[in-house]
Amino acid sequence: MSEAQSNSTNDLCIEIRNMNKWYGDFHVLKNINLEVARGEKIVICGPSGSGKSTMIRCINRLEEHQEGDIIVDGTELTNDLKNIDAVRREVGMVFQHFNLFPHLTVLENCTLAPIWVRNTPKLEAEATAMEFLERVKIPEQANKYPGQLSGGQQQRVAIARSLCMRPNIMLFDEPTSALDPEMIKEVLDTMVSLAEEGITMLCVTHEMGFAKKVADRVIFMDEGEIIESNNPHEFFDNPQHDRTKLFLSQILGH
Amino acid sequence: MTMTKQTYVPGTHPSMPPPKGSTGIAYWLKKNLFSSVSNSIITLLAIYLLYLAIPPAINWLFFDATFVGTSRKDCDPNGACLAFIGERFNLFVYGFYPAELRWRVNLSAILLIVAGAAVLWDKIPARRFMLWYALAYPLIAAWLLLGGFGLESVSTHLFGGLMLTLTIGVTGIVCSLPIGILLALGRQSNLPIIKYFCIGFIEFIRGVPLITLLFVASTMLSYFLPPGSTFDLLLRVLIMVSLFASAYMAEVVRGGLQALPKGQLEAAESLGLNYGQSMRFIILPQALKVSIPGIVNTFIGLYKDSTLVIVIGLLDPLGIGRASVADSAWLGLSTEVYLFVAIFFFISCFGMSRYSLYLENKLNTGHKR
Repeated sequence: MSEAQSNSTNDLCIEIRNMNKWYGDFHVLKNINLEVARGEKIVICGPSGSGKSTMIRCINRLEEHQEGDIIVDGTELTNDLKNIDAVRREVGMVFQHFNLFPHLTVLENCTLAPIWVRNTPKLEAEATAMEFLERVKIPEQANKYPGQLSGGQQQRVAIARSLCMRPNIMLFDEPTSALDPEMIKEVLDTMVSLAEEGITMLCVTHEMGFAKKVADRVIFMDEGEIIESNNPHEFFDNPQHDRTKLFLSQILGH
Repeated sequence: MTMTKQTYVPGTHPSMPPPKGSTGIAYWLKKNLFSSVSNSIITLLAIYLLYLAIPPAINWLFFDATFVGTSRKDCDPNGACLAFIGERFNLFVYGFYPAELRWRVNLSAILLIVAGAAVLWDKIPARRFMLWYALAYPLIAAWLLLGGFGLESVSTHLFGGLMLTLTIGVTGIVCSLPIGILLALGRQSNLPIIKYFCIGFIEFIRGVPLITLLFVASTMLSYFLPPGSTFDLLLRVLIMVSLFASAYMAEVVRGGLQALPKGQLEAAESLGLNYGQSMRFIILPQALKVSIPGIVNTFIGLYKDSTLVIVIGLLDPLGIGRASVADSAWLGLSTEVYLFVAIFFFISCFGMSRYSLYLENKLNTGHKR
């Protein structure tokens, strides 16, 4: 498929093998197999309820899978809390609803985890945080509370907060779905510049422009299955599966 | 057919002052007191009722009141007999605490104010040191009040009045919040033993009246303890009151925990914070903030419930008031006595409620869910 898979297995960042998940009786993820190479950018799309969010939430164990293996950066996700914590330290996540901590300032949001999880000295953590806040272009908001910022600014803070942990992998769960159109662009710009730096990214989004621009691979999911996985050029111009064609015609149709 | 002239370029409209008559005292009066005919009538009626009630009350309490005297006969029958309150004042404050040792009660009260300021007011100088002091305060107060280690011992049977209320209230408040938080977290635990223990405890305590627990503390507890062991009555009361309040506190805190969006814990976990860190830095600060009204409500309830200790023979201000009313030299003074007790409780409880409002405002960081 893509050149990523021809790399040696040592360069695999995430490996999901025969993963299944149920909510009660409902089979939400069906036999998922996915290999992500280091530095690869993957965009995951699909209709709502297709399991895309659930799948990436399994990667940092916000959701528990019942069957199969998930190996992140060489660490297998099991019930072992040590492994879970180890994975979470290396995997950053950005949520649809930002989930900033409203009782802490922007700067405190960014320094809390480095200080307490990585044992970074406070001054150093603050310097790092300011660096990343500058990267997402809002250093002047550092001492405000999240409630005083616009949605787009909050999401950029959330991205900076994840980056402060210097993760190897970033997961984005519909990062622009809760934003006004004017603010989507500023968040996407931030994500594009992040992608250019070579971090491994998995992004659930319906922003097809973003997918065309940065994705190495686009994955289409429906009813808990990975239906199609291809490079963006092939995916958009020559979709193989009827379900994909229908989805693309609906999402690009206007 | 434009009738008005537009004197500015679109996009440069200046901010104008509000129209006349929409600010100021006259506007406030009209909007709040005389906004309609029926509101005006109610306003006038209320003013008239206040006029009827307040001057006589002030006359009774101050101008016609008798402040010195040794028995009922010295009092002006048209006014309040405050001489009685004055004579019994020490009893109301110290109970039966030995007169020559009352300085110890006064000292612990002053230290309590300092400790309270350290906890409640974050701008106090050297706060870190002050908080350590506040943490040590219960031991200091226990030593001062009970004696031992060089001080003359005082039996808890002599505790009474205001100092008894404060002892029970402060102990209950200090113990019930942390225990309540642990119970609330335990109730949400994934470990069945912890979870069902917490649920069982909370439901049992909430299902039983405090008065029953106090009776258990005063009588039945001795059946369960090894024979011959003495277990101070006041200590038993303190334990029961604290446990009772913690069960209510647990439910208040649980309400706060449930008010938080799930995303907060997920965000904390995704950053690698462990359970303890997530609770300490993310979940509890927010949950407790949401719960402040309920927490203070429970505190006030607990504080006033301390009057129930009268049923097991401890005399708080209300108990002393009841005993005083029966004094043959001062018969018929229940109004003065109960008014005095009511004012005392009102001041403490109103203070707590004001503080909770101040705290809510201070912790408001501009996000309303």
